[in-house]
Amino acid sequence: MGLAGKDLLSMQELTVDEIRLILDTTESMKDVARRDIKKVPALRGKTLINLFYESSTRTRTSFEIAGKWLSADVINISASSSSVTKGESLKDTGLTLQAMHPDIVVIRHPSSGAAEFLAKRLAASVINAGDGAHEHPSQALLDLYTIREKLGRLEGLKAAIIGDIAHSRVARSNIRGMQKMGMEVRVAGPRTMLPRFIERLGVEVFTDLERAVAEVDVIMMLRLQIERQQAGLFPSLREYSRLFGLTAQRLKVAQPQVLIMHPGPINRGVEIAPDVADGPFSLILNQVENGLAVRMALLYLLAGGGQAG
Amino acid sequence: MRILIEGGRVIDPAHAVDEQMDLLIEDGRIIRLIRNAAGSTPSSTGKGKSSKGSKSQVNEIGPVDRVMDATGLVVCPGLIDMHVHLRQPGREDKETIASGTMAAARGGFTAVCCMPNTDPVNDSRSVTDFILDTSKREGAVQVYPVGAITKGLRGEELAEIGELFEAGCVAISDDGRPVMSAELMRRAMEYAAMFDLPVIQHSEDLHLSGRGVVHEGFVSTDLGLRGIPAASEAVMVARDILLAELTGARLHIAHVSAAESVRLIRDAKARGVRVSCEATPHHIALTEDAIRGFRTHAKMNPPLRSEADRQALLEGLCDGTIDVIATDHAPHTVQEKEQELDLAPFGVIGLETALAVTLTTMVHSGMLSLSVAIAKLSSEPARILNLPKGRIAEGTDADITIFDPNRDWTVESSTFASKSRNTPFDGWRLKGGAVATLVAGKVVWEA
Repeated sequence: MGLAGKDLLSMQELTVDEIRLILDTTESMKDVARRDIKKVPALRGKTLINLFYESSTRTRTSFEIAGKWLSADVINISASSSSVTKGESLKDTGLTLQAMHPDIVVIRHPSSGAAEFLAKRLAASVINAGDGAHEHPSQALLDLYTIREKLGRLEGLKAAIIGDIAHSRVARSNIRGMQKMGMEVRVAGPRTMLPRFIERLGVEVFTDLERAVAEVDVIMMLRLQIERQQAGLFPSLREYSRLFGLTAQRLKVAQPQVLIMHPGPINRGVEIAPDVADGPFSLILNQVENGLAVRMALLYLLAGGGQAG
Repeated sequence: MRILIEGGRVIDPAHAVDEQMDLLIEDGRIIRLIRNAAGSTPSSTGKGKSSKGSKSQVNEIGPVDRVMDATGLVVCPGLIDMHVHLRQPGREDKETIASGTMAAARGGFTAVCCMPNTDPVNDSRSVTDFILDTSKREGAVQVYPVGAITKGLRGEELAEIGELFEAGCVAISDDGRPVMSAELMRRAMEYAAMFDLPVIQHSEDLHLSGRGVVHEGFVSTDLGLRGIPAASEAVMVARDILLAELTGARLHIAHVSAAESVRLIRDAKARGVRVSCEATPHHIALTEDAIRGFRTHAKMNPPLRSEADRQALLEGLCDGTIDVIATDHAPHTVQEKEQELDLAPFGVIGLETALAVTLTTMVHSGMLSLSVAIAKLSSEPARILNLPKGRIAEGTDADITIFDPNRDWTVESSTFASKSRNTPFDGWRLKGGAVATLVAGKVVWEA
């Protein structure tokens, strides 16, 4: 079996079986990463275009390396150095790329729905690498993989996602993905960053960090965007950190072996204290490592069709 | 030119008339209403068809140039859309006075009020004159311009409202932009009251709306879209009601979308405040769910709101809180709408679907009588704007809409007379539609 759709746009559209397939495929891709010669021919002759309208280090690099290890030809396009600066529309950029016959286009874009917009207009598979505050499915998949790898299961686990839920595509994708895999999800943050009706997504809502992290198996901290201070969403970094920063002190109310995750990039000392980020239960770098394998799995499942190496 | 419209069900809400009558039209006016219980009229052809140029002798009526058979059809005062963007001057690629008024005629409208956010803005006599002159030459239906409240719609200084009134503007509005300064809004109301001009407000607190693109509700949360809270509209409605009370001026609130606004207006009316308001067919028929799939044809401002808001609008229409149904016809090009949802402009067109959406949503569902629905599309806007229209009587202008309340049809935007295609109703099955539109006794469109 494979994935039902041409594209990977959201966790919303994936079935439980598809998520399992992706996580299982990731397992075999991790072996490739451990080899001396990190190259398999699965995507030889295939072309992958990374189309990034927002800056990114880990996601773009991760897709690029994943493509290269699978022997695809990888091209990176960033909006700031492309025809987008000349006013080209997303539709026209998409059609132009299509004329070059890529097999996969990975798009990151500040507008929710941009990946779906592109997918409807391209014959190539489109992978959503983050659209506005909507979804970032490869992040949720690597998070699920990382948790499963560490704890051996997903079903029955409890996670707390903490921070700016309103503007977070990572939160939305993880809420959907975790719930599909049988996890229970809590969200917490300042009231100004909890979108209205979020509880209708089936999550428990907290504005108190310590209450939110008690009894959970996984704590996922979200990056605070400093510019939200100007928008009046929080008064100061100092107060944010005091109320919603994860510190060793705060962790005392949590289970002793609780896993600490963060999609990065982190603001050390703001949403997460350095000793927690670097501590024994932090999975932040495992997430990055697994991100590569998850993206190899996605590329392989969408464009491979042949044998994994 | 003498036209006899015979056998139709004449509904004239202003006179509480709903009966079968024939109308005799001569030189642009209705000259006789003929109550004809027996229905014994001559030379009619098939149902809904009309026989052109039969100069036959018709009972005691005398010779007529044309008999229009309205058997099984409704004959009512010409519909008036008090909220339309014709885009001329300035954006003739989206719509022109010619194309927009033809779209109006196809939709059964005999008059439209065009909003001043053209380029240049209608904030001076020269622009008003241009609109009126062009309408006379090229327009299919009557055009009533709405002048700007402030120069350039900038919300800083009053436009020359006195001159706009003299030039023929029937109301003032900075539509698309709210007058954010409460002080300036107060002065605009006081000033407009000298001419008894209604002040039409696009009620929105821009600070609360921020960079929002859709209603702030479950769907915006679910899809990660920036929300515009219902309170963004309602706080402005509340403010302006208080200013209308202070000044005694006439306030008309455009495109009401939120339950809170309906409640505020209902209370204000009960207190005797001179406030009226309108709702659009899209807010009556659709909710925030229409945006799913990131559909830019469901993006407008105010946004489609929750089902509870929609129910409040229906209730407001039924109890009379909402006086008028108006389209906020807002044409945009295909390329502007075929973009990311964030980037696509706000607005949808409505002239060619408004009557059918109203009939389908409110009348066929049994919520509103045909007569009340027609009033909200004709006599009510005429009353609010002091127009000598919206009723059927001997001696009045023969602005007449003939429609079939039961015709089933499918919306195909590709066939629209409008230059634009940005309707959320494409592909919808609707029930009811115009058959013929007469302006000053002239058939300007017929099916």
